[in-house]
Amino acid sequence: MLVVVPAWNEEESIAGVVHEVRRTLPDVDVLVVDDGSTDQTAVRAGEAGALVARLPYNLGVGGAMRLGFRYAVEGGYDTVVQIDADGQHDPAFVPQLLDRIAAGADLVIGARFAGVGEYRTRGPRRWAMAVLSKVLSHLAGTRLTDTTSGMRATSRPLVELFARHYPVEYLGDTVETLAMAARRGFRIEQVPVAMRVRTTGKPSHAFGMATIYLVRALVVLVLALIRR
Amino acid sequence: MVTTVLFGVLILGVILELLRRRRLREKYAALWLFTGCFVIVMALFPGGLDGVAGYVGVASGASLVLFLAVVFLLVIAMHLSWEVSELEEETRSISEEIALLRMELERLLPASPALQEGRRDEPTDSTS
Repeated sequence: MLVVVPAWNEEESIAGVVHEVRRTLPDVDVLVVDDGSTDQTAVRAGEAGALVARLPYNLGVGGAMRLGFRYAVEGGYDTVVQIDADGQHDPAFVPQLLDRIAAGADLVIGARFAGVGEYRTRGPRRWAMAVLSKVLSHLAGTRLTDTTSGMRATSRPLVELFARHYPVEYLGDTVETLAMAARRGFRIEQVPVAMRVRTTGKPSHAFGMATIYLVRALVVLVLALIRR
Repeated sequence: MVTTVLFGVLILGVILELLRRRRLREKYAALWLFTGCFVIVMALFPGGLDGVAGYVGVASGASLVLFLAVVFLLVIAMHLSWEVSELEEETRSISEEIALLRMELERLLPASPALQEGRRDEPTDSTS
């Protein structure tokens, strides 16, 4: 199994994340995809014992993840687990995701809002998430409460698909991948997880930003539905 | 009329020069060469255009030209957007490939001083 951590200028938190994953899951390989960082992210990750792939310039989460999936295919890994580099995901929940994969699921999302832990949003961002969750739940045939979660496990057949076609646009890595997988008949599930307050960085809460987010999320969603 | 002819000739000249210096692929050149010729022909026979306009049911030759020009530019802009998307996808794939190759290289040559040096560089100047 391969844990992929897309990281862009996360030198403060990356080592902690890598250490924690390696401590919690001793048998897995950790691949940090340094997405064109201008700080010491790659060095810190390497020192912490992760495999490090350095992209020559910033491609966004989607680009970083596609590289992770390509690496997984070439390295013959069965399952890929994605974890954020800012430390908000607790690797202790990964085994629960893997249990669902073992039970036949293809894409398992570690979902906030699903009963465990506390996480709240308001305003346009909340509406956006509600619409996304509604539509994608319908598409996937199961209830998905947190479609934009960056914590997910992927089975081998889907890893192969993602290594070739992974949406690289804004929000594509979360919303569009779900639509892609659902429309191709892959089984999607979610597992409730608690997320921590980010150790570094700030979530964007401004109203204007949230409105733009809403509009862009809807565009991504519509595109995901009509794309071949 | 003289202005228009000069303009057409200018376009043709620029295109030919770009082609000569190999700065332009011929698939685009054909398009612009055709445009240049069209402008010159129109300038030399301004009356012909009104005839064509009347034939297709457009009131004046000028509005026909404007309409065609807008459509033409729109198509070009769309084509270029498409082309840029293609190019971006290609550069993405290449940068992924580079990252994988660099990983492989660091695995095979862990002690290489050049690579260790490169690790601490800014991502843009990795040519050490």
